[in-house]
Amino acid sequence: MKQIKLTSKRLAAVRAIILSAAVSMLLFGIFRGEPAVVLQKAVRICLECIGIG
Amino acid sequence: MKKSILQKIRPAVQTAAAVLFNGYAAGFAKGKIFTGKTKLFCVPVLNCYSCPGALGSCPIGSLQSVISDRKYNFSFYVLGFIMLFGIILGRVVCGFLCPFGFLQELIFKIPLKKVKVNKKPDRIFRYLKYVILVVFVLGLPLLLSDKYGTSSPYFCKWICPAGTLEGGFPLLAANESLRSAVGGLFTWKVFVLIAVLLLCMFIERPFCKYLCPLGAVYGLFNRFSFFRTKIDKSKCTACHRCERVCPMQVEVLKDPNSAECIRCGKCGSFCPESAIKLEALFSLEKVSKEKDNSCKHRN
Repeated sequence: MKQIKLTSKRLAAVRAIILSAAVSMLLFGIFRGEPAVVLQKAVRICLECIGIG
Repeated sequence: MKKSILQKIRPAVQTAAAVLFNGYAAGFAKGKIFTGKTKLFCVPVLNCYSCPGALGSCPIGSLQSVISDRKYNFSFYVLGFIMLFGIILGRVVCGFLCPFGFLQELIFKIPLKKVKVNKKPDRIFRYLKYVILVVFVLGLPLLLSDKYGTSSPYFCKWICPAGTLEGGFPLLAANESLRSAVGGLFTWKVFVLIAVLLLCMFIERPFCKYLCPLGAVYGLFNRFSFFRTKIDKSKCTACHRCERVCPMQVEVLKDPNSAECIRCGKCGSFCPESAIKLEALFSLEKVSKEKDNSCKHRN
């Protein structure tokens, strides 16, 4: 695989973009009500996950 | 070999992380899982949320469960968590925090003849984790939905050995009603688990190398994450010792921030010239050296 050469400025810029994208996605997910689904699934035994369902 | 500070603290960090992520001890005795609000949040590692001790949610399990829910086709929330962990830590998560990775390392310590997979098949097998990510984690839960718009977490259901080990066995041991429901699927999952654990005796971290979809995602961030491997070219003599000891068979000199590097720091410990360092926003090695120097000055 060809390596991308990153100067420290570019690296900082890429990090800032990814970091802000991550936070935005997290907030958008919260706004859409996704945490409720995550919690609802996580507090019940997932039979499929343990190989029963 | 002089062990670096990171190498010295790594087993302690791995143990602490395994205990912290699975800290609900009562769950193991009762055969029930934790139902508190901390499960709103994803842990950075592959740690089954159906493990009786789990205090947080597995990001891969959660991603599939939101995708397979009738209300949503995609989870921005879970992907946000994964990206956040990815950009800050990268595969430091695999090397320092993952309980299943730690288990694989412990099993590899069993004194048996070790195998290094040849470069060509190894390179091909490494793509398998990306296939698993696209097909089992994202594709099938999205495409194979029933008439109500729901589907299954296919990776958890058919592949994940961590779920069988952390969730399946402890729950079945303590919960009689679950034992009566065991069938063919469980047999398959036990087979997968045994196969992975057997491979661990001969190959270092085979699940991380070839199958883990979370490692695949974190690998994409390794080049940009705050934790990076740095080689001091003025010191390096290109002896390739770092590459010979690397558990992930990374070509350290060619690509120190490869998607496969789990930042275990073994390369740095074995480097006779101390030319390899794991750096965060600052160098941890530098800090430890400065500490040593200040101690010497005081004495």
